[in-house]
Amino acid sequence: MRVKNADPAAIVPPRVAVRTWVAIALFTAFALVPVLAGWLDDPFLLVTATRIVVFALAAMALDLILGYGAMVSFGHAAYLGIGAYAVAILSSYGITDLGLHLLAALVVSAIFAAITGGISLRTRGVYFIMITLAFGQMAYFFFVSLSGFGGDDGLTLRQRSTVFGQPLLENDLALFYIALGFLVALFGFSAALVRSRFGRVLTGTRENRIRMQAIGFSPFPYQLTAFVISGCMTSVAGVLLANQSEFVSPAFMNWHRSGELIVMVVLGGIGNLTGAIGGAIIALLLEDWLAVLTQHWRLFFGLFLVLVVLYAPGGMTGLIRRIMGRAP
Amino acid sequence: MTSLFLLQLLNGVQFGVLLFLIAAGLTLVFGIMDFVNLAHGVLYMVGAYLMAAFTMITGSFAAGLLLALAATLVFGLALEFLVFRRLYERSHLDQVLATFGLVMIVNEGVKILWGTAPLTVPMPTLLSGSIPLAGPLQYPVYRVAIIAAGLVTALGLWLVINHTRIGMLLRAGASHRSTVSALGVNVSRLFTLVFAVGAMLAGFAGAIISPILSVDTGMGESVLILAFVVIVIGGIGSIRGAFLGALLVGVVDTLGRSFGPILLRTIMDPAAASQTGRTLAPMVVYILMAAILFARPAGLFGRNTS
Repeated sequence: MRVKNADPAAIVPPRVAVRTWVAIALFTAFALVPVLAGWLDDPFLLVTATRIVVFALAAMALDLILGYGAMVSFGHAAYLGIGAYAVAILSSYGITDLGLHLLAALVVSAIFAAITGGISLRTRGVYFIMITLAFGQMAYFFFVSLSGFGGDDGLTLRQRSTVFGQPLLENDLALFYIALGFLVALFGFSAALVRSRFGRVLTGTRENRIRMQAIGFSPFPYQLTAFVISGCMTSVAGVLLANQSEFVSPAFMNWHRSGELIVMVVLGGIGNLTGAIGGAIIALLLEDWLAVLTQHWRLFFGLFLVLVVLYAPGGMTGLIRRIMGRAP
Repeated sequence: MTSLFLLQLLNGVQFGVLLFLIAAGLTLVFGIMDFVNLAHGVLYMVGAYLMAAFTMITGSFAAGLLLALAATLVFGLALEFLVFRRLYERSHLDQVLATFGLVMIVNEGVKILWGTAPLTVPMPTLLSGSIPLAGPLQYPVYRVAIIAAGLVTALGLWLVINHTRIGMLLRAGASHRSTVSALGVNVSRLFTLVFAVGAMLAGFAGAIISPILSVDTGMGESVLILAFVVIVIGGIGSIRGAFLGALLVGVVDTLGRSFGPILLRTIMDPAAASQTGRTLAPMVVYILMAAILFARPAGLFGRNTS
């Protein structure tokens, strides 16, 4: 099988400093959104910003395996769904604590990721894409058929998760800052992870699997661990998403969702955690903006995607690199 | 019980044949061009919509089918020319994204052209009866016709691939593309041909299924993912694998949905059995896929890719 390299831009040695500064700038901008919303007297801005933060977290988690491990998972929306349903199902039994919701989401998604990842990682390339897609769809159909929890129609939450018994998240502002806190903390975690020995083995496998094996590494356990970590992080985003929308449905884990997560990662530029966050911002703002203009926004969004792939490889990061004359 | 089993088995075979028509083109495109095409399900949907449009205009099933086939072929060629041709040399990720974009474009385009309400295609009178099966059992002629059409197509593909020069090039291209190209074969023309035939087969599947399904925008997607399962089971690039995989998935899925709850009823109470059965049935094919992959990572007839 011919080796298809990942985006050449991603192979350029990481310029950690610049990226970290961009990330800090983005986080600061996020933190100031509530102030802006107050000035403009536009509470909807906060809702949009919360959604963006949540999806940025999911996209960043996906980038961890897609960008650094060259594992194109097309079933990542399943973890969003697992996180969201952890909130919905536990709440319907009267367990409303955020900590327990997170714990359940992490445990279930770790198990699901370990099993499906263990099988999917026996293959590579096109097979891997198709198998993760199939497993994602399996999770989707599982929740569609759970008629006790709303089935296809989904389920409205009676209340958001509580923190130590306090209904803290009922306040949109608190929810936003907690989501942002998770994003910043997990960004720090991911950045440390990719710089660690573990991350270097993962990147090395992406670049040249055979050489990594030749110097004595077995890629499988590293890749599987990364897959599980990524799934768990995405499920945290799912927990937050359920709280934000106060509603869960199998549509959260439809394969289109998985596609959108990949779109976010690639729009920002793969293998670069900051890029995934930027990509989530661009994708969601573009979606919202197009949806205001026309009910057929998907047509234009699809067109935009095709054009980006054909004419702007490397996403935003690639574009910035080219503009700054550091073409790969 | 046995008669129900027989009926469901036939339904499963009919579904399998349909999946084969879709998976055949897809597996060739994957195998020969190493190209991930998420937009293949869209061609199936477009085939069904064109069938609905042309049967309405011409008032004839046969004329509608012919026009729909020709139009899907043209549509597929246009897609190849405008988009896919530029993606063959790109990474799988780029291919995934661009074809995902195409899915969004075409789905929305279909909604604009035909609206969101599902369309129906009238059953041709010649094929609308039932034939007696065993004893009092009847089976619709139209479903038998679908099975026959699928089997004839499979036979035709087998003949072309194993006994013609084009087929030889296809087989060679699937295993050693660069060598075939170096021997002076115009590989890009071969790609276009494979793509066009694959598009037409998917369109054919959509067109012939339209009288027994409602035609709507979501129809391509569930089938696309099952076609992926078929290809993964059968092995990428293998028509034989696609055929056996499609029949296996079609039969297992259909029987799982109808007999899963019945089998479960023997080990648990009826209410729980029907709930568990309904939950587990859609997952059976994916579990089958996982089991086969566990034993043979490259699928039943795939070459080992590692």
